[in-house]
Amino acid sequence: MIQLNVNGNLQQLDVAPDTPLLWALRDTLHLTGTKYSCGEALCGACTVLVDGSPMRSCVVPVSAVAGRKITTIEAVDKQRIGKVVQEAWRKLDVVQCGYCQSGQIMSAVALLSQNRKPSDADIDNAMSGNLCRCATYVRIRAAIHEAAKALV
Amino acid sequence: MNTLENLSRRRFLQGSAGLTLGFFLPGLADAAAAGPGKAGEGAIGPIHFEPNAFLRIGTDNTVTVISKHLEMGQGTYTGLATILADELDADWKTVRIEGAPADAKRYNNLFWGPAQGTGGSTAMANSWEQLRRAGAAGRAMLVGAAAQQWGVPAAEITVRDGVVSHAKSKRRATFGELAELAAKQPVPSDLKLKDPKDFRLIGKQAKRKDSVDKTNGQARFTQDVQLPGMLVAVVAHPPRFGATVKSFDAGRAKAVKGVVDVVQIPQGVAVLATDTWSAKKGRDALSVSWDESHAFRLGSDEILARYKELAKTPGLVAHQSGDADQAFGKAAKVIRASYDFPYLAHAAMEPMNCVIRLGDGRCEVWNGEQMQTGDQHALAGLFGLKPEQVTIHMLYAGGSFGRRASSQSDYVLEAAQIVKAINGKAPVKLVWMREDDMRAGYYRPLFHHALEAALDGDGNLTGWRHRLVGQSIMAGSPFAAGMIKDGVDLVSVEGAANLPYAIPNLKVDLHTPNDIPVPVLWWRSVGSSHTAYSTETFLDQVAAAMGKDPVALRLELLAQHPRHAGVLKLAAEKAGWGTPLKPGKPGERRGRGVAVHESFNTFVAEVAEVTVGKDGSVKVDRMVCAVDCGIAINPDNVRAQVEGAVGFALSAALHGEITLKEGRVEQGNFDGYPPLRIHEMPVVEVHIVPSSAAPTGIGEPGVPPAAPAVANAIAAATGKHLTRLPFNSAELAA
Repeated sequence: MIQLNVNGNLQQLDVAPDTPLLWALRDTLHLTGTKYSCGEALCGACTVLVDGSPMRSCVVPVSAVAGRKITTIEAVDKQRIGKVVQEAWRKLDVVQCGYCQSGQIMSAVALLSQNRKPSDADIDNAMSGNLCRCATYVRIRAAIHEAAKALV
Repeated sequence: MNTLENLSRRRFLQGSAGLTLGFFLPGLADAAAAGPGKAGEGAIGPIHFEPNAFLRIGTDNTVTVISKHLEMGQGTYTGLATILADELDADWKTVRIEGAPADAKRYNNLFWGPAQGTGGSTAMANSWEQLRRAGAAGRAMLVGAAAQQWGVPAAEITVRDGVVSHAKSKRRATFGELAELAAKQPVPSDLKLKDPKDFRLIGKQAKRKDSVDKTNGQARFTQDVQLPGMLVAVVAHPPRFGATVKSFDAGRAKAVKGVVDVVQIPQGVAVLATDTWSAKKGRDALSVSWDESHAFRLGSDEILARYKELAKTPGLVAHQSGDADQAFGKAAKVIRASYDFPYLAHAAMEPMNCVIRLGDGRCEVWNGEQMQTGDQHALAGLFGLKPEQVTIHMLYAGGSFGRRASSQSDYVLEAAQIVKAINGKAPVKLVWMREDDMRAGYYRPLFHHALEAALDGDGNLTGWRHRLVGQSIMAGSPFAAGMIKDGVDLVSVEGAANLPYAIPNLKVDLHTPNDIPVPVLWWRSVGSSHTAYSTETFLDQVAAAMGKDPVALRLELLAQHPRHAGVLKLAAEKAGWGTPLKPGKPGERRGRGVAVHESFNTFVAEVAEVTVGKDGSVKVDRMVCAVDCGIAINPDNVRAQVEGAVGFALSAALHGEITLKEGRVEQGNFDGYPPLRIHEMPVVEVHIVPSSAAPTGIGEPGVPPAAPAVANAIAAATGKHLTRLPFNSAELAA
């Protein structure tokens, strides 16, 4: 058994220790907002926060995050920055297919937690690991600036 | 697929002559309620008023619009609801959208005849009149109910934002309050549609209805489906097209905790487990020996070499006007160029997947469903059922770009074969890993083009010959009969055979190799994904040879095409065409380029500004786009689609290439096939031409002009005309 702290809830999981956090979240805890897309940390669709830092949950074994604070998209609005980012995304209608957007939002939250006034270059650095095949990048950039304004 | 639309126009007009009213079938409504939206969500409120197949009004004031089309990112759900809600005079806040069940009788694509499905940028265009009438019918019945209840003339009743009012008697009622009585009103036969000046939602700023659920993790995709007792299947696929299973050893796979079963299917060997990770571990532990005696073993280079040989001989004529051969005989100057386009994968963020449950004499499917009727028939055939015994829950698709409209129902049938192999004992979710998705084929076909232009002694453009070589997408698809004419696949030559420019002698011919078994499929903008590139960059080469400005030459040749000219002028003006570009840093070269193209009856012009580095690296700085898609139902979504289309096209132009080596696909994931990332995304401006014409498509038409506009900008900056995609920066090094 492995104990995970997900969105403030302590959970006992009966999974193999090498199981990536992604599949534990999705298949065991039924938190399906975190998405599978590449399985190799190439696309960022599976991004979650571990102790506030963005991690690609598809390559992180559950054994490595036991006891650490994991935040997924389902609880992102429980903190102020998450709520503000979510609202900016909705105000600008960022989403298209939506499949990558949980990961985009988690990366944006991590960025704004570290840097309240990111430049375009800061956004590029923080967000270039998150692919969007619909290429909603114009609006992702705008929404991060929008959220930064709202956080002042 | 313009021609497809035109072929079906007659049927569309017949179909739209009267409102199609469907019966309410409880089983299907339950199925639809399990569609997109929050997991486990049921129907909202008691249903009292359902005037037609597209609208349901609850006594709780909820207005449910039934979408017959797939939401895969293109904004269809919001757009379709906007059309209906406007004619209904509904309160946008109370509008929700539900995916339609598979039922070609009620929910066929009016441009596709008797088939239900989404594609060819037809959703708004084919639904425009149908949903306006559906909304107007609902409104008339609500008005009739109010008139009856209040004993006042219907003509004195007004409707606004979900409230029905009679000013004289100061009576008012909500839709919900009138729903029960409205359901008893006769369905109106004579409908009056709004004057467009009275639209309150269409052309305004209706917000996307899926934004909330797609930003809180609640939106439900196929990947997210969990059913009681469901098994997850991951499949070992053959390493080459045409290879089959010779034998396999399931021992190590079965030793993986969680693995329940290992079965052989025509597509490979499937490992079934209680969860995805166990299934994948089991799949990776399998030992499979493949029979490759009939496998395809050519590489992309060899395929291309064959195509180049074919291009030396005449193909089947796709278009001929004037006498091109004579014009070339008399030419004072001939300009030539040839182009190579690679295979491209759709690479939607959600890899292909499908959930199937068999039992009680029916087959139930959960899928980002883009081809209902085709998939229904394919599954019915496999299971020995009637098509109507196949129920499909249309979920959100995590992108598609054409891939989920599989002409062969490929991944859907693969899931079905697994269910069949275990005798339907459990529901199965087939999950393709990224590599399965990228190596499965169904690519945008590899193409080779050869173009020639003839200039006469006075420097006039007198002739144009365009030869294309590439596999047919339509061959073997359900659309083959209508879309292949005298051996010419119309989508192989779309954008080339209907070249809009006034060139007196034009000839377009086509070779369609039928000995390449790599599966090919429509990929966002289909034939125009390559024909716009070759025609629009070649025209710039011709302009250079004629000493003419690219915009001026196009306008000269587009005198008979005002909508092409309209977007071209608008984009050029907004981009500051003809004004000097700000110079780059030392060693950088900057340029501006333009392209215009019609696809799916929508006209788009784009002006690109690029910076080419010393090392040949290309940075696209800005794209200025002008669009004429008729009435823009949701202008913000039109802008979003064009922004995204530019990014999608740049992925292909800068990086996109699926290559075969000895028959094996060389790329498997986003490292080998990298889509555009945020730091590569240009500033995109989208300008919409005001129009009162009926709406046309917007999901695809932003794609075709982007790559040629960028290539023309690169040529302006460097003097190099790139004729092979993706761009090779080594060709551009200073």
